[in-house]
Amino acid sequence: MTPDLILIAVTAAKIAIVLFAILTLAAYLVFAERRVLGWIQDRKGPNRVGPFGLLQPLADLIKLLTKEDFRPPAGDKWLFYLAPAMAAIPAIMTFAIIPFGAPVTLFGTEIAMQVIDLNVGLLLFMALSSIAVYGVALGGWASNSKYALLGSIRGLAQLISYELSMGLSLVPIIMLARSLKLSEIVNAQSGCWFIVYQPLAFLIFLISILAECKRIPFDLPEAEGELVAGFHTEYSGMRFGLFFVGEYINIIVLGGLATTFFLGGWHGPVLPPVVWFTMKTLSFAFFFIWLRGTAPRLRYDQLMQLGWKVLTPLALVNILVTAWWLVLKG
Amino acid sequence: MTIFTDIKAILLGLWTTWKHMLRRPVTIQYPEEKRQPSPRYRARIVLTRDPDGGERCVACYLCSAACPVDCISMQSGERENGRRFAVWFRINFSRCIFCGLCAEACPTLAIQMTPDYEICKRDIMDLLYEKEDLLIDGCGKDESYNFYQHAGIGVAQRRGEGAEEKAPVDVRGLVP
Ligand code: SF4
Ligand code: SF4
Repeated sequence: MTPDLILIAVTAAKIAIVLFAILTLAAYLVFAERRVLGWIQDRKGPNRVGPFGLLQPLADLIKLLTKEDFRPPAGDKWLFYLAPAMAAIPAIMTFAIIPFGAPVTLFGTEIAMQVIDLNVGLLLFMALSSIAVYGVALGGWASNSKYALLGSIRGLAQLISYELSMGLSLVPIIMLARSLKLSEIVNAQSGCWFIVYQPLAFLIFLISILAECKRIPFDLPEAEGELVAGFHTEYSGMRFGLFFVGEYINIIVLGGLATTFFLGGWHGPVLPPVVWFTMKTLSFAFFFIWLRGTAPRLRYDQLMQLGWKVLTPLALVNILVTAWWLVLKG
Repeated sequence: MTIFTDIKAILLGLWTTWKHMLRRPVTIQYPEEKRQPSPRYRARIVLTRDPDGGERCVACYLCSAACPVDCISMQSGERENGRRFAVWFRINFSRCIFCGLCAEACPTLAIQMTPDYEICKRDIMDLLYEKEDLLIDGCGKDESYNFYQHAGIGVAQRRGEGAEEKAPVDVRGLVP
């Protein structure tokens, strides 16, 4: 086999593994969320299907697949069909750039534990997260329903606002790592995690990714209490399932990115790197679920105020301070 | 500074939910664990008998009149000795809301609520309980009450001769 073919085969294998891993994780995250929310509310959560309810995701899948696939007749047919995919696919694609383990040497060739190590990995992440907005926007627009439209308008405004503070909070990371390559950002943290240098940026990034994956307290695009189910009100069956799974994939991916940018990626003592990466990522997921069981939803003006008047200026100040510090340090 | 109170509020909330996460769930796993409701729980309705074994119900229709969802129906009849009884008596449990108003209305304590809450059926018609299904061999909650001991059966017993009955008042003497 030529080296090119080997490269293609290895990459395909990595894609398959990553895809399988995050889809499974996302399915079980749904289950974990229901269990943890149950515990928070002094309940037990789903524990009927299989041992400890572990087959619940399978039951959910069967249920979603057998539900009627309804499309509002007055809506835009193709956009309606496209939107769930637009929500889920960018989230999955983002995982391609995340390094989830130390490079391993197999048969004399070094294989990076990352589907693709782009020079502009961080920019690709920003670009893909902007594309994910389209899922929300188109889903709401194509449904031809007032609730869905209101949800998607809110979603657009929210995601655009928080994309800004998210991007700005990552600038100090680029300055510290002197690279947009995610593998180098991780390597730059082999000594000390960036969260130590950049606690403020970490906080801003954390709040922004919460808003980015539309989780409580930033679930205004869905807002069950006001908008039925927001932008996916009209979706049913597996199309709704795609939105739903997309949200959980998003949690995993954004948790993985937060790990990569601030918690040293796969670096960690004793345990294998992949385990460290998974643990850090899942602790973010746990935090998201925990917060969902705790916080109420923000009001729309509070959301905008927090995004534009607090997070964005703070992120800018943080960039300046980091720049000064880097210059003074020489 | 409101920002500090806000952050404190969020952290306090997280601490509260964390404590609840470690607490034992209050869930009762129904088919395996069953809860014993208190005796005054309002579930499946029964028709009881008096201590002598006779039917308590006198088919007075008060329960069916009291029922807010009109799920009790019956036909009254009269035995030779003048004692009234229900020829047929039906409670439609698919409509009953277990409010207990029927049991409250009953003058003879015939109709009573029991704590048996497991009356699900596959077929809705099975929820039509007829008199045979409702009647039990016992007094239910009141062991000693016997309506006819107090009231007498129609004309079979002269007025004023029941157990706790006073002699009729002579209304002619009721003058100021
Ligand atoms: S419990 Fe209430 S609803 Fe049921 S039969 Fe009695 S009066 Fe009617
Ligand atoms: S059950 Fe009680 S209230 Fe109903 S008809 Fe019989 S005696 Fe009257």
